[in-house]
Amino acid sequence: MTIDSSILSLIVFFPTVGAILLALLPANPTLQKWGALVVTLLTFLFTLHLPAHYQYGLTGYQFEVNVPWIASPAIRYHLGVDGLSMWLVVLSGFLAPLGVLISWRAIDRREKLFYTLFLLQQTAMIGVFVALDLFLYYGFWEWSLVPMAILIATFGRTDKRAKAALKYFLYAFIPSAILLVGMLWVYAQTGTFDLPMLQQMGASHSISSNHAALWLASLAFLVAFAVKVPVFPLHGWLSDAIFEAPTAAVMVLAGKLGLYSILRFSFGIFPEQSRQIAPLMIALGAIGIAYGALVALVQTDLKRLAAYSTLGHLSFITLGIFSFTVAGIDGGVYQIINHGISGGALFMLLGALYERYGTYDMRELGGVAQKLPWMVTLFVITALSNIGLPGLNGFVGEFLTLSGSLQTIYVAHPMLWTTIATTGVIFGAGYMLWAIQRVFYGGMGRRPDEVSGWDLDAREQVALWPMAVLFVVMGVASPYWMRAIDSFGAGAAGRTAVTDVHVYPNPTKNLALPETPVSSTEGGAH
Amino acid sequence: MSSALLSILPEVVLTVTGVLIMLADPFFAPKASKKALGWLAVLGTLGAAGATLLQLRTHQILLTFSGSIQMDTFSVFFHLLIASIVLLTLLVSLDYFKPGATSHSGEYFALVLFGAVGMMLMTCSVELLMVFIGLEISSISTYILAGYRKGQATASESSLKYFLLGSFATAFFLYGIALAFGATGTTSLNGIASGLSVTAFPTMAFLALAMMLVGLGFKVSAAPFHVWTPDVYQGAPAPVVGLMSTAPKAAVFAVLLRITATTYSSELLHARWVWLIGIIAVLSMTIGNLGALLQKDAKRMLAYSSIAHAGYLMVAYTALPADSIAAAAFYTAGYAAMNVGAFAVISQLGGYDEPLRTIDDYRGLAQKHPVLAAALAFFLLSLIGIPFTGGFFGKFYVFNAAIGAGHVWLAVLGLLNSGVACFYYLRLLTALYSRKLGEEGGEFEGSSPAAAIAIAGAVLATLLLGVLPGKVLGLAQRGATVQVSRNR
Repeated sequence: MTIDSSILSLIVFFPTVGAILLALLPANPTLQKWGALVVTLLTFLFTLHLPAHYQYGLTGYQFEVNVPWIASPAIRYHLGVDGLSMWLVVLSGFLAPLGVLISWRAIDRREKLFYTLFLLQQTAMIGVFVALDLFLYYGFWEWSLVPMAILIATFGRTDKRAKAALKYFLYAFIPSAILLVGMLWVYAQTGTFDLPMLQQMGASHSISSNHAALWLASLAFLVAFAVKVPVFPLHGWLSDAIFEAPTAAVMVLAGKLGLYSILRFSFGIFPEQSRQIAPLMIALGAIGIAYGALVALVQTDLKRLAAYSTLGHLSFITLGIFSFTVAGIDGGVYQIINHGISGGALFMLLGALYERYGTYDMRELGGVAQKLPWMVTLFVITALSNIGLPGLNGFVGEFLTLSGSLQTIYVAHPMLWTTIATTGVIFGAGYMLWAIQRVFYGGMGRRPDEVSGWDLDAREQVALWPMAVLFVVMGVASPYWMRAIDSFGAGAAGRTAVTDVHVYPNPTKNLALPETPVSSTEGGAH
Repeated sequence: MSSALLSILPEVVLTVTGVLIMLADPFFAPKASKKALGWLAVLGTLGAAGATLLQLRTHQILLTFSGSIQMDTFSVFFHLLIASIVLLTLLVSLDYFKPGATSHSGEYFALVLFGAVGMMLMTCSVELLMVFIGLEISSISTYILAGYRKGQATASESSLKYFLLGSFATAFFLYGIALAFGATGTTSLNGIASGLSVTAFPTMAFLALAMMLVGLGFKVSAAPFHVWTPDVYQGAPAPVVGLMSTAPKAAVFAVLLRITATTYSSELLHARWVWLIGIIAVLSMTIGNLGALLQKDAKRMLAYSSIAHAGYLMVAYTALPADSIAAAAFYTAGYAAMNVGAFAVISQLGGYDEPLRTIDDYRGLAQKHPVLAAALAFFLLSLIGIPFTGGFFGKFYVFNAAIGAGHVWLAVLGLLNSGVACFYYLRLLTALYSRKLGEEGGEFEGSSPAAAIAIAGAVLATLLLGVLPGKVLGLAQRGATVQVSRNR
C-alpha cells in the first residue's frame, strides 16, 4: 500500500477518527477547540499531498483505491480524484480549520458536540468528492445531511432552529430517496455501481434502450442534486438554514456538494439527457441570478442578504456548467471554489460582526468603520471578491461562465439569457456596496452606539487573511488551478455522447474541443 | 444425538430453562429481586443459540417428526435472530423490575422464554398445524407480557385489546388452513405445494392464502390489520414492546416466506397474489407513516413506525422467490437490531413507571446522558434509513429486489414514504439534542450495566449490518437457496 493509494482514505477518515477522539476526551472547551483545530489542520496538510503529486497532463482518476466491499450487490470501495474533485477536496480541507477558528468564541457551550459533528460533516463531505462507487457516494451524500441537521437544530440562533433543521433535512432527503430508486434502476440495467464503467456506458448509450426510463432516471439524479445546490426554484430551505446555522456550518452548507454531483453523475452517466435539459437549466440559472440579486437587494437582515447572494452565485455556476462549453464548465468549477472561499469569508465576517453587536439587522448597525478599521478593510475586500472585481478571483469565474453561456449551442437565444445573467452582476454590486454603506458608514447605528465592540483579534486575522490573499492569487494566477480543472472541463464539454465514445478513461487520447479551440484559461490571464 | 432431538434442540433448551425458572420462582420471597432467575434465562437463551449453531454445523436438512419440522439454514437464520432478540430483551429487563415493584417478575422471564419457543417453532415448521401451535404459544405469552404493568390502566387495555383482536386473527389463519386442506387434502406445506398444481379448486386454494394473509398480516401489524398496534405498544412495558415488535414478527415473516416463496411460488400463482401483497405493503407504509406524523407520544410513534416497516418488508415479497427470501430475512434482522435497541434505550430512561411519554419529554437528554442519546440517535437514523446502518441495507436490498422484479413503482412509493418518515424520527432526534423546556419535564434514569451491554450490542449489530452486511446476507441467501431449490 503506497501513500498515493491510501492518501484519500486517510483524508476521508482522519476527521472521523478525530471526532471519535474528541467524543472520548473530557468536555473541556479549550481541549475540544484545540483538538478540532489540530485535526482539521492535519487533514488540510494531507489534502495538500494531492496537488503536489497530481499528474497534470492526464485525464481520468488518480490516487485511486479500488477494492471489493460487498459481493452482492457488487459494491466496491472505490475512491479517486480527477481535475474536478481534487481542488474541491483541498478546498474542504482549507475551509475546515478556518471554520474551527471562527467558532472559537461563537460556540460557547456544548463545544464537544459541536466539534464532533463538525468533523463528521467533514468526512461525509470529502467522501462525496472522492467516492467513485455510486453506492459509496450515496452513503456519504446522505451522511452529509445528518451532522448538519443536528448542528442547525442544536446551535441555531433562534427558536425556529429545529424547524429550519427539519426543513433542510426533508428538502434534501426526499429527493435523495428518489435518487436511490434511480440508482437501483441503473444498477438493475447495468449490474454495476462503478462510476468509470457507468460513464463509459453512458457515453456509448448502453445503459438502457428505454428512453423514457432513462429520462426519468436522469431526472431523479438531477432533481436530488439541484435541491442540494440549490437551483432556483428549489431554494426554499436555503434562506432559513443559513439564517439559523452557526457560521462554520454555513460555510459548507450550500453549493459544492450539489454542483459537484451534477458535474460528476448527471453529466457523467446521462450525458445526452443532461444536454437536452440544458435549456431549462440555463434559463433557471439566469433567472436565479437575477432573482437572488433582486431579493438580496431588499433584505434588511445581513444573513438573509448573504443567503440570497449565495443563491445568485450558485446560479452563475448552474448557468456556466449547463452551457456545455469548455469555458462554461471550467469557469463553473472555478466558481465553486471561489464561492467556497469568498462566500465563506463573507459569512465569517458576518459571524464576527454578530459576536460583537448581537444582530444581523442592518437597521441597527451603521458607522462601524470608525470603530473597527480592520474589519471594514477585510469586509470590503471580501465584498469586492464576491462582486467579481477584475483582478480578484470572482471575476475569473464569472467571466468564464458568462462567456460559456454566450457560446452555448444548447439554447436558442444565448444572448438573451446571458444578458439577464449579466444584470445580476450589476445588482450584485449594488446590494453588496449598499450593505457596506449601511453597516460601516453613515451615522452611528443603535447597536454600535450601545456596545463598544472590538476590532478583529489575532485569531480572526489568522482565519481571514489567508482568504484575502487567495482572492488576489486566484484572481491573477488562475492557470495554476485551471490546469487540473481544464482536464475535466474539456472532457465534460467534449464528451458529446454522439461522437466520442472512448474518451474515458483512456488518458492518452487527445480530446476534441467542440466550439472553443482557444485555451479557456485565458480568461484569468488579464 | 438423534436427528429428531437435534432438529428441535433450541426449543428443548428454552423449554427446560423456562420450566426451571417457574419451579425456582416460589423459593424466592414474593417481593425479592428475581434477578438470578433473569440470569438463568440469559443462560438458557445462550444455550439455545449454541444449540442452533450446532444445527448450522451439520450442514444438512433434517425433516423430522413425520415431516412437520424442517431444520435447514433458513430455520437456523431465524432461530439465531430470535435468540439474539430474546437475549437483548432479557438483559434490558433484568433491572426493569425494581424489587418490590411487582411480585411476578420471575414468571416474566419464563414467559419470555416460552414465547421464544413458539416463535422458533414457527420458523422450522413445514406443517401448518404445527405453525399454528407455534403461533399460539408465542401469542399467549405475549398477550400476558403486554399487560405486565398491572397497576396501569393502559396496560390492561393493551393486553385485552391484543388478546381479543389476536384471537380473531388467529381464527382467520385457522380458516385458511382448513381451506388449504380442502383444496389439496393436506396441511403440510410441501404437500400443498404439489397439490396446488393439480387441485380441482384453485379458487379455494387462493382463498386459503388470502385468509392466512389476514391472520399473519395481523401478527406483523400490516395495514389494514394494524389498528391494535398503537394502543398495545403504548401500554406494554418498553422491553416487551422491543421484543414483540421484532421477534414474533420475524417468525411470522418467516412463515409467510415459506408460504409465498416455496408453497405458492409457481409463476402462475405468484402473479395471482402478488398484487395483494403489493396493496398491503403500500397501505402499511402509507398508513404507518402518516399515522406516526400525528403522534406526540414516543411509543405510539414507534408503533406506527413499526407498521410502516412491516410495509417496507412486504415489498420484498413481491420480488422473485430467491431475492425475496434473502432481502426479507435481512430486513427482519436489521429492523430487530435497531428497534430492540431503540426500545432498550427508552425503557432505561423511563424505568418501570415510564414517565416519559411525549417527544418533548426527551428534550435535554443529550446533555444529561450523551452516550444514551447518541445510541438512540443512531437507532433513529437507522430507522430513517441513513446509509452505513442496518436499516439502510434492509431497505436497499428490499427495494433492489423489487426493482429487479420490475416493480419500480413500489420502490418509488416506498422510498417516498421513507422520505416522509424521516420527519417524525427527526422530531424525536432533534428533541434529544435540544435544550429542556423550563424546569419540569422528564427526569431521566440511567442505564443499568446489563442493559448497557444490550444497548451496546444493538448498536454494534446495527453498525455491522450497515457496514459489513456480507455475513448475515450470506446466511440469508443460503437459507433462500435451500427453500427455492427444494421446491424445484
